[in-house]
Order: sequence, then C-alpha cells, then structure tokens
Amino acid sequence: MPEAPIRVGLFVTCLVDLFRPSVGFAAVKLLEDAGCQVEVPAAQTCCGQPAYNSGDRADAKAIAAAVIDTFEAYDYVVAPSGSCAGMLREHYPLLFAGDAGMEARARALAGRTYELVSFLTDVRGVRTVDASFPGRVTYHDGCSGLRELGIRAQPRALLASVAGLDLTELPDSDVCCGFGGTFCVKYPDISNAMVGAKTACVAETGAETLLAGDLGCLLNMAGKLKRDGTDVRVRHVAEVLAGMTAQPAIGDGEPG
Amino acid sequence: MASPVKPAMSTADRSFSENVRVAVADPQLRRAMHHVKEGFIGKRAKAAARLPEFEILRDAARDIKDHTLAHLDLYLERYEAQVIERGGQVHWCAGPAEARATILDICRQAGARTVTKGKSMIGEEIDINAHLEAAGITPVETDLGEYIVQMRHERPSHIIAPAVHLTKDLIEADFRAQHRQFPADRSLSEVPELVDEARQVLRQRFLDADVGITGANFLVAETGSSIIVTNEGNGDLTQTLPRVHIVIASLEKVVPTLEDATTILRVLARSATGQEFSTYTTVSTGPKRPDDVDGPEAYHVVLLDNGRSGLLDGQFREILRCIRCGACINHCPVYHAIGGHAYGSVYPGPIGAALTPALDGIEAAADLPEASTFCGRCEAVCPMRIPLPKLLRHWRERAYEQRVTPGGLRAGIGLWAFFARRPALYGFVTGLAARLLRALGGRRGRLARLPLAGGWTRFRDLPAPEGRTFRSQWAAKKSTRS
Repeated sequence: MPEAPIRVGLFVTCLVDLFRPSVGFAAVKLLEDAGCQVEVPAAQTCCGQPAYNSGDRADAKAIAAAVIDTFEAYDYVVAPSGSCAGMLREHYPLLFAGDAGMEARARALAGRTYELVSFLTDVRGVRTVDASFPGRVTYHDGCSGLRELGIRAQPRALLASVAGLDLTELPDSDVCCGFGGTFCVKYPDISNAMVGAKTACVAETGAETLLAGDLGCLLNMAGKLKRDGTDVRVRHVAEVLAGMTAQPAIGDGEPG
Repeated sequence: MASPVKPAMSTADRSFSENVRVAVADPQLRRAMHHVKEGFIGKRAKAAARLPEFEILRDAARDIKDHTLAHLDLYLERYEAQVIERGGQVHWCAGPAEARATILDICRQAGARTVTKGKSMIGEEIDINAHLEAAGITPVETDLGEYIVQMRHERPSHIIAPAVHLTKDLIEADFRAQHRQFPADRSLSEVPELVDEARQVLRQRFLDADVGITGANFLVAETGSSIIVTNEGNGDLTQTLPRVHIVIASLEKVVPTLEDATTILRVLARSATGQEFSTYTTVSTGPKRPDDVDGPEAYHVVLLDNGRSGLLDGQFREILRCIRCGACINHCPVYHAIGGHAYGSVYPGPIGAALTPALDGIEAAADLPEASTFCGRCEAVCPMRIPLPKLLRHWRERAYEQRVTPGGLRAGIGLWAFFARRPALYGFVTGLAARLLRALGGRRGRLARLPLAGGWTRFRDLPAPEGRTFRSQWAAKKSTRS
C-alpha cells in the first residue's frame, strides 16, 4: 500500500516572493524530489518578524495568528529561510505565552516548521542532490539558522554532492552580515561596516559565488559586492541544490 | 600624573547616530577593534573547548545566580551580618548620589588626600572620580587600562579592557607626554616597557594612598567576603596598603557560598580572556585582625541598588545574572564596528544595551537596544546564558508601547503590517512593487538609488526583483495545470 503523501505547506517568505521567486521554485523542486506534495497557501504574506523585532507585539501577534490559521493543516511548514523558520519555531510560542489556546497551536506549528535545507536532510533524509555547479563557492551561515536552529552541517553536506562544486570555507562565516531586518536601514553606517567586513572575507576565499540560505543576508551582501564593483555572484543555496541557476545571480543584470 | 577627570565624556553629549558616524570613520579605532576580534574570541573558544564540563558549568553558574536572585533579600542580609561580624560595615545605597556621599564621608573621616582604585564599573556608574576630585581628593586608577584612560580624560570603552580602543603607539605617546620624570630617549614601544613604567609611577601612589577602593566580582553571603579577580595584582595593593578599604558593589554580586563563587569563577576568566583563571583571585574579609601582618584598619562595603531591585520581578531579571566577563562585548559585531565609547553609556555592547535602559530609562537609551541585528552571538557565549536578544526585544517593546520608537519607524511598520494582514491587497501591492523595481533596475538588475531607501542605497545597491512575485507566478501555474 502506498504511503500517504507528505503534505508540505511552503512558506515562501516575503523577500523570496517579492525579490527572488526562483528560490521558491527551487524549493518546490527540492521538496518534490524529496517525495513531498508541495502546496503554497495563497493567504500567506510574511512571518511578522519586522513587527516583532520592532517591539510591535500587537501586529506581530495578528500576523502570526494568520500564519498559524493558514498553515496548521499541513504535515510540515517549510521556508527557504532560517530567519523566518526560526520566527515560527522559536518565537511564535513566546509571542502567545499566557494565551493557552494560541500558545498550544503555536507550539504545534513550531514543532512541524523547518528551514528548507535542514528539512531535506534531517526530516527527509536527503543525502545527495542531482545538480551540477562547477566553480569555487563559499557559504555564509545566516545567524538565525545557525544559532536558533543549529543549521551548519546540513547545507555543507548537500553542497558536497553538487558536481563540480568546490566549497571554500568563509572566514568568520558565523558572523552577522549586518542585515538584521530594519537594522540595515536604521543604522546604515554600522550595517555597512559589518557587511564590509563580510565582503572582505568573501574576497579572501577567492570564491566566484557566495551562497547563503536567507534572502535578507543575500540581498545585503550582493548589494555591497555589486556597489563595490566585484564580480562575485550571489545565489540562494536552494538555487544551486536544485540545479536551477539559469537566471542571473542576485543583483546581476541580463547577460550580454 | 593624571589631571582631573572631566565630568562627562564627549560621546555622551552627542547622539548615538553621530557617535556612530565618527566611530566608523576612525581608522585608529578600526585597528584597535581588530585586536578585540583577534584576541578574545579565539582564546575563549580554546578555553571552553579544553574543559569538557564547560557547558555544564554554564548551567550550574546560571542556576546559582537564579537561586540567589530568587532569595536576594535573604542572602544580602546574611552577607551584611557576616561583614559586621568580621568588623566591617555595609552601607545600603539606593542610587549614585547616596553612594557618592557615603564614599566621600568615609574618605573625609579618614582625612584622605589620595585614593587608589582597583578596577570598578560601579565606580564608573556612580562617577566617583569626578566627585572625589571636586572634594579635593585625588583618585588614582591602578589598573593599567584604567590608568591610561584616566590619563587621557576618557572613560573605559570596555568593561574588562578599558583601553582596548587604543593602540600601543597612542599609549606610548601619552606616557611620553605625561611621565616627564623619565629620560626622553628611553625605549617604550613594547607592552612590557609600558607596564614597567606605569608600575614605577604607581608604586609610590600605592604607598601614599589613605583609602583604597575596589569593586567586587562576588560578595559571599556565607563569609561576608568580597572577591576580585585581576591580572596585575593592583587590586591587592589597593585593598591591603591603605588604612581604609572601601568595596563598591551592586547588590546582584552576592552569591550564597564560597563554593558557589568558585563554580562561577571557573566560567568567568575562560569567558572573559580565555584564561583558566585570572592571575590573581583575591578574597578580602573585613579589616585587619590583631594577628594579621597587614590589611586595612577599616572595611566598608558600599552596596548599590540603582534600580536593580526593580528588575527582580519582571522580564528583565536575567540581566542581574551578569558577571561582567565581557564575552558578549568581545563577540558583538556591532561593538567591533563602533567601539565602546559610541554607546555613550557606562556599559557598552550587548549587556550595556540591555542594562542601560534599566539604569537611565528607555527614553534616554532607546537607541541602544535598537542597534542590534539580533545575531545572537552574545547569547551563544554568555557564561550565564543571559538571553540578550530577548531582553533587547523587550526593551524595544517598551519603547514601542511608550511611543519612544521614532515616528517614521512606527509608521513604516504600521503600514507594512496593514498590508501583511490583508493577503489579497498585499499581493496586489507587492506585485506592483516587483514590476516597478524590476523596471527601475533595468538591464543592470539592480538599483543604485531609490527614493526613501537612502538607508539602503547609501552603501549598497538594491538587487532588483525578478519581475513577478512568486505567489502570482504560482497562481498562474496552478490555473494552467488544473
């Protein structure tokens, strides 16, 4: 008897939805290759982190409640972002602490929410991907994924199976890139100093491509690399793992 | 020798944003902060890795403090009783003014003209040096870093490394300008030479001092002892040579027993400097007893509250677990970018951002909890497992509730939340934005400038969206599939 399909609700994240839909399609492909039935609930917008981290609990709660409504019917919720997955996993239960009904629903959803790459490896047991990406790459560990969700080995393990890919470790890969949501526009001078330190580390590796698992960090690092005129290309790790790298890299124009 | 300390440091008079602009443009500070990154982080990691039970000790240390804070009244009373039993006195001080008055009183009664000081952040918190100066008493900082910042009329830029914002060549220049008694052609470019010279200057000061003031890393309820850790031995001379020893400490420094103190000591130096133990761990208990060969004739403890007891019942209680090791500061990329003075507060870095609003009020310190990316590196290394990002977020909530959060940010978040709560409208607006930004990005695929986005585009290009939102493409795909 065939097993019931695993229904995954893809939380595509507001940044991927707006800036980089190809990451969403890469996530769909990776999840389907891992035997999941992927659905994208139309009612999703954002996880509420901008409000939450700005101290606006009322709006954060309203948005979180909507996310819980929208996604709690799925077996799993998967997001191509450690930051947004961390918000659902670690912070939704705190947001509803003291509200027994909502807290229980938040906890239940949190327990079934994963960042994309760690979901593939830790839940679906994916060990290799069928993709090719010749060249030297380096990888930045987004803070929430690394420190809230413990994601470090997973992307490296899957990248090791990509044909032709040569991963050079990024010095200080665990140090924040300076994005930090609204931080980067509230304190541009500090953010710039931080992302400048990051791009200097990228340059040290000699990598042609910089990968990470969070679009916020990627937009920040790509924006800085492009402003500085470097030709390092910047992509979400899902694009490379899915073998979907035909479109220009983040912040790069049409070829030719 | 050092001339009077200015009553307020210049960075406290400017806005945080202005401090930041000055700091990030300072190449000398860049170099100095590079040493913080290179020095502390690797050493702490190695020290933690060498001790298999390090993580267990962190839990134990946290639990000791949690227990103590839950019974703080009991342990403080026990501590006071023990201090009195050993011939000392405890002065309970609600705020800085009371603490300063108490210290001045003790100094005057002792007829003090010179006061030596061991390193103390509480001393900074109550601004004791300026007040001693004003009363005609000369405070002499004896910790090398503190000695240097006092000489420069600055404040410490770090809680355990006060002069970490300076480079060796700057300190050499200061010594040459201030220590005129030494030959001008002496060699002074190496750290041991600087240390030797400071020692020579300080030696007579130690002997001259009438009163010695030290901080405390721990107050031990069981014995009435205070414990300090130093690497220079200056604390020992400060507290044993003068006639009067004053310990200044905030009330959360108390732990129940010596055993508890030693448990926390095992994580303190490892987290701070990567040492297994500080060079000196000094326990002082009361004044000199009849058979003691040395020690002070009088022993006073100035116990400062300054708002801390108000934190016991509430969401900021975990701040009081802090043992001032500085690990959060050493690992903070924001601190690395701006240094300690830019914060404009006594305590810099993540712990400063969490503590300062409690001491000065959120209105005065609203920028500090905002200036964090919540990267979580501070919490990851805090030996006491203080959830610093969570505490900073709680301050942002306070600021938001009390409308301290800037209007622009409030309006922006409010507008964005309005759309985020209406998926159909949100989809329509983001669809327009995606197409518009895509068009503006053109063939380059990025924008160098964008109205209202100067915070982003001043230093970075904005990568242009691909053109259509994921949700709209997905919806279109679904409708052709079915």
